[in-house]
Amino acid sequence: MKKLLSLTLALLMVLSLAACGGGTAETTEEAEGTETTEAAEATETTTATGDAFKIGGTGPLTGPAAIYGNAAKNGAQIAVDEINALGGDIQFDLRYEDDTHDAEKAVNAYNTLKDWGMQISLSSVTSKPAEATSVLNMQDRIFGLTPSASSVATIDGKDNVYQMCFMDPNQGTASAQYIAEQSLGTKIAVIWKNDDVYSKGIHDTFLTEAADRGLEIVSDTTFADGNDTDFSAQLADAQTKGADLVFLPMYYQPASLILAQATGMGYAPKWFGVDGMDGILTMEGFDPSLAEGVMLLTPFNADSDNEATQSFVAKYKEQFGEIPNQFAADGYDCIYAIYQALTNASATPDMDAATLNDLLIEQFSSMTFDGLTGESMTWTDGAVSKDPKGMVIQDGAYVGMD
Amino acid sequence: MTFLSFLISGISLGSIYAIIALGYTMVYGIAKMLNFAHGDVIMVGAYICFFATSRYEMPPIVGILLAVVVCTILGIVIEKLAYKPLRAAPILAVLITAIGVSYFLQNAALLLWSSNPKVFKPIVPTGSRITLFDGQLSISVITLVTIASCIVIMIALTTFTSKSKMGKAMRACSEDKGAAQLMGINVNATISLTFAIGSGLAAIAGVLLCSAYPTLVPTTGAMPGIKAFTAAVFGGIGSIPGALVGGILLGVIEIFAKAYITTQLSDAICFAVLIVVLLVKPAGLLGKQIREKV
Repeated sequence: MKKLLSLTLALLMVLSLAACGGGTAETTEEAEGTETTEAAEATETTTATGDAFKIGGTGPLTGPAAIYGNAAKNGAQIAVDEINALGGDIQFDLRYEDDTHDAEKAVNAYNTLKDWGMQISLSSVTSKPAEATSVLNMQDRIFGLTPSASSVATIDGKDNVYQMCFMDPNQGTASAQYIAEQSLGTKIAVIWKNDDVYSKGIHDTFLTEAADRGLEIVSDTTFADGNDTDFSAQLADAQTKGADLVFLPMYYQPASLILAQATGMGYAPKWFGVDGMDGILTMEGFDPSLAEGVMLLTPFNADSDNEATQSFVAKYKEQFGEIPNQFAADGYDCIYAIYQALTNASATPDMDAATLNDLLIEQFSSMTFDGLTGESMTWTDGAVSKDPKGMVIQDGAYVGMD
Repeated sequence: MTFLSFLISGISLGSIYAIIALGYTMVYGIAKMLNFAHGDVIMVGAYICFFATSRYEMPPIVGILLAVVVCTILGIVIEKLAYKPLRAAPILAVLITAIGVSYFLQNAALLLWSSNPKVFKPIVPTGSRITLFDGQLSISVITLVTIASCIVIMIALTTFTSKSKMGKAMRACSEDKGAAQLMGINVNATISLTFAIGSGLAAIAGVLLCSAYPTLVPTTGAMPGIKAFTAAVFGGIGSIPGALVGGILLGVIEIFAKAYITTQLSDAICFAVLIVVLLVKPAGLLGKQIREKV
């Protein structure tokens, strides 16, 4: 009894803390959260009729990588809504489960989706979970198309898992090529995260390509989980060796610390990031002037004149109140690529997952797809081929470099 | 000159570890328990200061004071609800409870403040720095503020425990709880006071930590908490000067290992040094010489 009382009191205490801590923005966030879950439930009820394809995906909807999961989910949802509004033969029912960027939780989330009756999978949003769920995709014969899990192991040895994003090695190669072609720097420093497959994959191929292109790597330093707050040693190494460009193959959270600490040290090289850098501007309280001039390679440019892109950006802004990043566009493209493949194959929702799996493999290995993140995309062994776009952050917004 | 700048970064990082380590060491000295929730109190302190300064645009000093007040109350409440009922229980039960409180705080923060990283507004502007030796050495102001705060806190705390009546009561409790009680010292009140001071310090540590490394997530306090615990053991747990020495040494070794050996293995090197020290001096660096444990 006493314990129960203590528990209740503890809860009250924390709630009262929330009362003095929570601001208006927080409540809107929560409101959005409930809205989306309601939406998910609502779509779920429509499935009872059984005339829609059940598409399931896992992604970090909470946790440090939540920005990617939510973006991919929101992007995919917009595409699903558009297609369902057309009222054609192909209707979709999309369901996302949270994996908090954790492989074990992703497997549980995948199994939840499988129990729900998932026919086509959007795999996982981030690499670590996707490496776990893609194995299940392969075993269960459920076709998987990941919006953004870019590691090699995600698709390696799996005939039915495809990527909408660049594979890590391609990002590293493309970044080195871009830096060399645009002569952005001569002495280059790389700071990477050595316990992350994503970061390591890009780092390794970047180094190989940089050597071929005659770029000089003067400093090559790392960090890991639990050791990702103080970067003074890594930055000092780059600075003393005279690096004029620092390549950051990592997610935006450590990158934001690196930018802040470099400013504190008075070190101002050119910064070059990869798609994980996307999202840095949406961090609450982030001073955009720190990211001024940061360059990154991403296949999606929200400022593009392209009509489809503009309509997508407008819809996204209206529904979710922010400018979509590359992950949102990847999610959107995934749904349309599946839509195109299903249309070509004249698939019907009453087909089982294994039949759809074979049809989709056949389509994806032969079709050409035009999406927001690239034109005339084709797939070979699950990996996509498309052109990256160089972007630079100016006055707190992404601007195309070409 | 780079050596000097690494040394200063190391001392600054170490000062933060030292302030956090104080909380561990004081609680251990008196209650003989490891309060693993300490790291998460740091996180709560940082969030309170973040909301005060960024959302409600209060001046930094108000944010810090508010964080200290909230964390002090939180510390007392945690002690009353979670640890006091277990005072007679085996040490292991208390330890598990502490881990439970730690998870509770992290998950409560996750629910209340969401997982999206927030960028802490430093108490001194980012980029403000002092240049010495014709621009060869540049030190950011926050580094100096951190080191200065650490020194002030250490002096204040040492004076408090050696001069004031409450401080003497704390030392008495740490030496022999039963005897202290017989002498008319209120042991329960003294333990509460220890938690209050430790948690108040945690709030300051949180603000300093997030000013130097400005991203804030619900797990922000976890790793620095573990490192500070290591520092406390390194210096000799239960000893206030030990926390200072342990914290600063750990910070300096960490930065030097990254700068001069390899960035890949800095944590491994750091903890290897700890193992060696504990093999040679099992009570920690200052664990034996200092008899008065607080």
